[in-house]
Amino acid sequence: MEHKLAIKISSKNVGIVETKYFTFNDLVLENKHKLSQVTVAYETYGTLSEKKDNAILIAHAFTGDAHCAGYHEGDEKPGWWDSMIGHKKAFDTDKYFVICSNVLAGCQGTTGPSSINPETGKEYGTDFPVISMADIVTVQKRLVEYLGIEKLLSVAGGSMGGMQVLQWAMSYPENICSAIPIATTMRHSPQQIAFNEVGRQSVMGDIAWKYGHYYQTGNPDRGLAVARMLGHITYMSDVSMQKKFPIKEKEKSVKFDFNADFEVEEYLRYRGSAFVKRFDANTYLYISKAMDHFDVQKEDFLPAEKNINIKFLVISFKSDWLYPSYQSENIVKYLKMKGQYVTYCNIHSTYGHDAFLLEIKDETNLIKNFLSNLYDEVNSVK
Amino acid sequence: MRLIVSNKNILLSHLKIADIVGIKSTVLDLGCGNGDLMAYLEKNKNVNSQGVEISEDAIYKCVEKGLCVLHSDIDGVLDVYPSNSFDFVILSQSLQQVKRIDDVLEESLRIGKKVIIVFPNFAHISLRVMLFFKGRAPVTKSLPDRWNDTPNIRFLSIKDFQKFCEEKKYKIIEKYFISNSKYTHILPNLFAQQAIFVITK
Repeated sequence: MEHKLAIKISSKNVGIVETKYFTFNDLVLENKHKLSQVTVAYETYGTLSEKKDNAILIAHAFTGDAHCAGYHEGDEKPGWWDSMIGHKKAFDTDKYFVICSNVLAGCQGTTGPSSINPETGKEYGTDFPVISMADIVTVQKRLVEYLGIEKLLSVAGGSMGGMQVLQWAMSYPENICSAIPIATTMRHSPQQIAFNEVGRQSVMGDIAWKYGHYYQTGNPDRGLAVARMLGHITYMSDVSMQKKFPIKEKEKSVKFDFNADFEVEEYLRYRGSAFVKRFDANTYLYISKAMDHFDVQKEDFLPAEKNINIKFLVISFKSDWLYPSYQSENIVKYLKMKGQYVTYCNIHSTYGHDAFLLEIKDETNLIKNFLSNLYDEVNSVK
Repeated sequence: MRLIVSNKNILLSHLKIADIVGIKSTVLDLGCGNGDLMAYLEKNKNVNSQGVEISEDAIYKCVEKGLCVLHSDIDGVLDVYPSNSFDFVILSQSLQQVKRIDDVLEESLRIGKKVIIVFPNFAHISLRVMLFFKGRAPVTKSLPDRWNDTPNIRFLSIKDFQKFCEEKKYKIIEKYFISNSKYTHILPNLFAQQAIFVITK
């Protein structure tokens, strides 16, 4: 079979992949609201072992999707964590069966506010029920069950992906052997909520938003683009921005208009306008709220009497000021106090929060060895 | 599994630690470095170990060995461990790099039933000679770094440590002295390069 591709796919890559869909009925949410039908967009890479003991779930960040590795037919860019997933990579697809799905309330194939409400025949908009991180994880659990897997070897993810990882340990501790939360937190700080709120206000302040019912009249692109611009600033660091957008002499000119005079302005404008083509504004609101309300400690997380044994690998990055290292250290301290197995590394990086997508060599070093030792152990116990 | 440590005195001290902790004990190694000691104890003594280490590169080596380690300053994490949660807390070659000695030892004795400490003796005759005759800050096999690039911030002798334990009312239950990769008993403060103490409250 020949593929028309402008680029050459490396032998380490999982190759051409397709997003698949799984639909189930009657999902009861944490707040008791019901969704009569839920479709989940997901991708898988590698092969599920006979014992079904080699499955790893990758949880995506705020604006991510199910496509985390390989290429879609005709695409020139691979999935969002392609450098981590594949032949001999951190998540080695020769050994493991890797699953990634789009989150509930998402807009990349999984049911969300831009999906058609079967009761009205129109998009849900803001009639979509409020969802939580627990609901997101419940939907993932349904998918994992559908794939015939009782216990995952690991759940891994950065940023909001890391929150889902912690939520798995909270909701389904018996169904995971290990957890890899990266650049994340047990709950949002006021600063993190504040940034999200500015993003939401930007969306809701756009006249096109119309209380979320804009699907026939045109999207609030302006507001969503500005929200995304703000987001991008928080994902970088002072140092990484200096390196990426060094101020050129010509940019310093006293004469200016209100176009993008500086490279960083151009970059943010480009990022904003690219984002609105692939992302739904209502999803932005629902998911950011789910993050702000996430608090794994609001109930008894990993109660002693349950005798839970999960191996945790916690990773943070020194220049990450959106999810600072102290938040990961708090996770580590909490888990230690609960007597859990925890390994922690605070990776030196200047990339800021984006580091979890960029510090591939160090992350690979940790994750590959952690998983391989764990997999050997799981196999020797049997 | 064989233990490979280039410095023979430290190798001997690690073998002694393995003897002391025995089989199937629980160990917290503070300043565990590349995890050589922990890996040795896990493989040969069936020990359940955890480590704390400040060097990022060392953390990678520990994870490669399948060890459970925290990337942190020793001072910063001790409060998370419950009292008496380990049979042994080990400070091997790390005491001389600790900022808050009093707190760290007090915490170690709370967390571990016993604490094993291994440190280079700063009053060894070769160091005295270097300082006295050459007038230079000593550089030896036990203290291989020059004054300007040593991680050590404490320079203590065997006598200093014994006096310290006496003042703090810590019980020294075992002690071993190493000189030129052999155990020694004669005038340890003068002739021992490395000292191993097992203390308790």
